[in-house]
Amino acid sequence: MKPQEYQQLVKENQPPRHVWKNVLLAFLVGGAICLVGQAVLEFVSGVERTTDEAAAVTLAIMILIGSILTGLGIYDEIAEQGGAGAAVPITGFSNTITAAAMEFRREGFILGMGAKMFVIAGPVLVYGILSGFVVALIKAVVLGHF
Amino acid sequence: MSYVIAFVTGGLICAAAQLVLEYTNLTPAHVLVGLTVLGAILGGIGVYEPFLQVAGAGALVPVSGFGSSIAKGMLSEIKRLGWEGLFTGAFEITGLGLAAAVVFGSLVAVAAKPRD
Repeated sequence: MKPQEYQQLVKENQPPRHVWKNVLLAFLVGGAICLVGQAVLEFVSGVERTTDEAAAVTLAIMILIGSILTGLGIYDEIAEQGGAGAAVPITGFSNTITAAAMEFRREGFILGMGAKMFVIAGPVLVYGILSGFVVALIKAVVLGHF
Repeated sequence: MSYVIAFVTGGLICAAAQLVLEYTNLTPAHVLVGLTVLGAILGGIGVYEPFLQVAGAGALVPVSGFGSSIAKGMLSEIKRLGWEGLFTGAFEITGLGLAAAVVFGSLVAVAAKPRD
């Protein structure tokens, strides 16, 4: 069988994909999580002094919610339906950390839980910081902040 | 009204990410990294801030908001401290959430029954 024929065969036998259903579910689940986030943000904004503090506290509360729902096994079910709608909000970031901590705990606290907690969240931090660093450096040099 | 805007903008970002997952071979981890980097770049050049003011949690809660918070923290700390801010600023806004993720993640992992 030629590679092209094989590819054709694979294509024909793949289960049908429900792209638009998945996209709609991602929209609804992601939107719902941001709706909760908005309620948290508006509550926190009344308490904290600056918008930066309000943002920081809101992110932390959403992270707490994601962590608890992961521990209860609820976030996995949300993620199954919501796909990117559950993965993209900060609750999903928190879910990757808590889920990794839970999963690798059996390999020990140091080399299991401690080492592998950031197995997915780590790259997000590394490249978030690197890209922010480059842009902030360029901006600060151009604007003459140094 | 702010709730409707947050729902729609947050939902649209997630729907766009789902489209990328459907039509490419990228994993969710790749998409998370990509969105965070996008947020950090847009936050660094100052485009994300007006978006945050309009969309509220719809812009803050997706990981792109986390990325923009990294860059925003750097820029404000540079103004306050000088070059040191380029390093300390990454955690100015995000540090609270990151430490929270470590603390809560560990507590939950210790408290939760391991599932198979």
